[in-house]
Amino acid sequence: MTERADKTIELRVLRYNPVTDEKPHHQSFTVPYTSDMSVLQGLQWIKDTIDGSLTYRWSCRMAICGSCGMMINAEPKLACHTLLRDLAPGPVTVEPLNHFPIERDLVVTVDDFVKKIESVTPWLIPKHPKPVSEGPYNQTPAQMAAYENFSACINCMLCYAACPQYGENPKFIGPAAMAILQRYDGDSRDGGSALRIDAVHGEDGVWGCTAVGACSDVCPKAVDPMHAVNQNKMNTALDYFLRFLKKRDTK
Amino acid sequence: MPHAPEKRSNAPIFWLLFGAGGTLSALFGVGLILVTGFLAPQGIGIGPDALSYENALAFTQNWLGKAAIWAVISLFFWHAAERLYLTLKDMHVFSDLGRRLLTYGVAAVVTVATAGLLLAIGF
Ligand code: SF4
Ligand code: FES
Repeated sequence: MTERADKTIELRVLRYNPVTDEKPHHQSFTVPYTSDMSVLQGLQWIKDTIDGSLTYRWSCRMAICGSCGMMINAEPKLACHTLLRDLAPGPVTVEPLNHFPIERDLVVTVDDFVKKIESVTPWLIPKHPKPVSEGPYNQTPAQMAAYENFSACINCMLCYAACPQYGENPKFIGPAAMAILQRYDGDSRDGGSALRIDAVHGEDGVWGCTAVGACSDVCPKAVDPMHAVNQNKMNTALDYFLRFLKKRDTK
Repeated sequence: MPHAPEKRSNAPIFWLLFGAGGTLSALFGVGLILVTGFLAPQGIGIGPDALSYENALAFTQNWLGKAAIWAVISLFFWHAAERLYLTLKDMHVFSDLGRRLLTYGVAAVVTVATAGLLLAIGF
């Protein structure tokens, strides 16, 4: 039996159309909801029944794709992972993610984020090439545990919206890029450390972090970017003092 | 290569001093305050002359005692300096050079002065 949507809640949604609006403004919608409805479903109801021009990103509806990040009551959240019933009686403010330029309504420009992820060489660089005939790269459970947490990142950017240092200095590498860096750097099969350290050893790299920790608080996948940053502060610091002793592979 | 390497920051020096001071203060800070500030002066659990002038002098005249005093005083300062530096930076107070002088500068002066005084006390 389906539950009847006999309760309503007010959604105050930030609207912005770059063609017609000089600046963003809020628009209120009264949305009927059932106890299993997410904020994303509320937005979909608005789009389907009131205003088809309402623009937002989504895909999986199950906290996997990372598309639907937005500020819900001023907190970075996944809209598909936030239930309307938990926000009752409302009103609920829905705005695009902090610290990113708005493209339209709830959609932000992700270019900067993508560039940052690319800058940390987010793939495995095998220590030494191994032909298939030699079999797979084996890994113990402990070796896997060293990076597993960081591999859960879904690139939702909530941590960037939460990070005051990224808000302050858009050049700062930011939390998820560091978590992703550590996902590969911490992998026993990987040999790309030197490359990655060089990408983040500057003022706008790991040292742009002042250990606020908001990233780890808001992450919907329980990734701990602050831990990744700390690990790399240590790695970078060791590299700073030991770089003269090390034979660097400059390939 | 996907990017040009960024200029290396010299933050590791200050961060390691900060870390060392933080570890030291977490391990010994409270204990030291308790012993030197309350227990010893009140004579609770410790002899009343444990921190007498003669004992304190003997402690500072031993090279190990000197090292301990130097580490505790200077590293505590480096720890506080880093925290204050970042706070001032976040609050946009002073120029970067001003902030560095006010925080790291003070810690550096205290480090050198403490070493000087400890040496002046002699062995
Ligand atoms: S670390 Fe967490 S909050 Fe940040 S992008 Fe990845 S999944 Fe999202
Ligand atoms: S729609 Fe995929 S994470 Fe929300």
